[in-house]
Amino acid sequence: MIRLACVALALALCIPALSASEDGHIASELQKYRKMLQDGNPADLMEMRGEELWTMPRGAKNATLEQCDLGLGAGKLEGAYARLPRYFADTDRVQDAESRLAHCMATLQGLSEQQATRNWYKPNSDMEALVTYVAAQSKGKPIAIPLVHGKEKEMVGVGEEIFFRRAGPLDFSCATCHSQPGRRIRLQELPNFGDNKSAQSSMITWPAYRVSQSAVWTMERRLIDCLRQMRYPDADYLSDAVIALQSYLQQQARGGVMEAPGIKR
Amino acid sequence: MRPKLRHIAAMIFAGLCTAASAGDALHARTEAVVRQSFSGASTEEWNERLRQDEAQALCSRYRNHAPPDVAKRILETQQESFRYPEDGKLMGSWKEGEKLASVGTGGHIGNIQPDRPGTRKGGNCYACHALAKKEIAAGNLGPSLTGFGKLRGLSPESIKYTYEKIYNAQAFYPCSMMPRFGHNGWLTPKEIADAVAFLLDPESPVNQ
Repeated sequence: MIRLACVALALALCIPALSASEDGHIASELQKYRKMLQDGNPADLMEMRGEELWTMPRGAKNATLEQCDLGLGAGKLEGAYARLPRYFADTDRVQDAESRLAHCMATLQGLSEQQATRNWYKPNSDMEALVTYVAAQSKGKPIAIPLVHGKEKEMVGVGEEIFFRRAGPLDFSCATCHSQPGRRIRLQELPNFGDNKSAQSSMITWPAYRVSQSAVWTMERRLIDCLRQMRYPDADYLSDAVIALQSYLQQQARGGVMEAPGIKR
Repeated sequence: MRPKLRHIAAMIFAGLCTAASAGDALHARTEAVVRQSFSGASTEEWNERLRQDEAQALCSRYRNHAPPDVAKRILETQQESFRYPEDGKLMGSWKEGEKLASVGTGGHIGNIQPDRPGTRKGGNCYACHALAKKEIAAGNLGPSLTGFGKLRGLSPESIKYTYEKIYNAQAFYPCSMMPRFGHNGWLTPKEIADAVAFLLDPESPVNQ
């Protein structure tokens, strides 16, 4: 009887150990896969195209984007992406890199919003190239969005509410998949945005070249696709819901040192 | 109450009220932002996919940790939701259930990357659960269900529990992360019966 109890106890102790080692194996294989991806990042080409677009006179005003203010002053790009989204007095809005770039293309170059955001979700769009270039100028800078203006604080709050807001035919919120450590959908590892380090590991690598899509995905592209996977309707590009989510995620990832453009599955 | 104490109590009360109204204001602002940010959604899409039902709203508000009275209300309302297959069989074909468990498509809308019309809506069980041992690419958002049938047995109670759990997990566990597959009309009662067979049938690879 006692021996039987011992065997049962040993089994009970063994089962979690087995599944933990299986999870460990999967994690180390995924690590290898990520290392393999690091060898060359096609996003570098997108970054070069973005620089060309930044310095090329375009639009009705035949002007470049070099005087665009992304939050640190006209034309000051170094570290700007790591401090977005933020409040801009001229638009009286909290804006992310993409909505701010669209604003600059409109005001400086005279492009319509439709022209500025043309094909934004398709590979090789102007926005994809410009965001890649702008984000790359924050390499080595820590994520630190300002929380000074009332609208900046409100945006983080709204983003947090949306993060936990359950809806749709599958009852999902962002938190369903992104609020626990060590979780995966199938073999895809999921960042836990409740944890500073895990949030950092995600946010420092966006925008990122996605091997499966043969394109660089911006943060808006990433978030709008998450919402699509949750079976929501398409969120509007450059909308406040998408900017609010970014504000919240950036705040969760504060202090993370930027490495974008990243490369992912 | 002494004047000083009364003053402190009034201050605490005022503080609580401010906190509550600040939360309400943020909530109202959030709902307005959501509404404005899906401007392309039709009224039907809004109602079916973005507007929250009571359980969704409560679970969001309490971040999935509902206090006891709220949890009780969710349990009671969700337990009223069950519908069963017309033929009364709660256990269908495990082979059909196995297909359902692997299919992750269906129900994507919008202009960016909608599903082709008629795309099958899967249960996508493997996204979150380990099931058959041979399938390595299983997620871990939910518990492993490998050997579920061996553990639970084939009693009528076990079959009914499994069916109802897939139909509406929140009838057992308020604010469960698991989609309410039957309640939300994502899977039909017959499809849920197939999923039950995949989990419980001794022939199913889940129990091999």
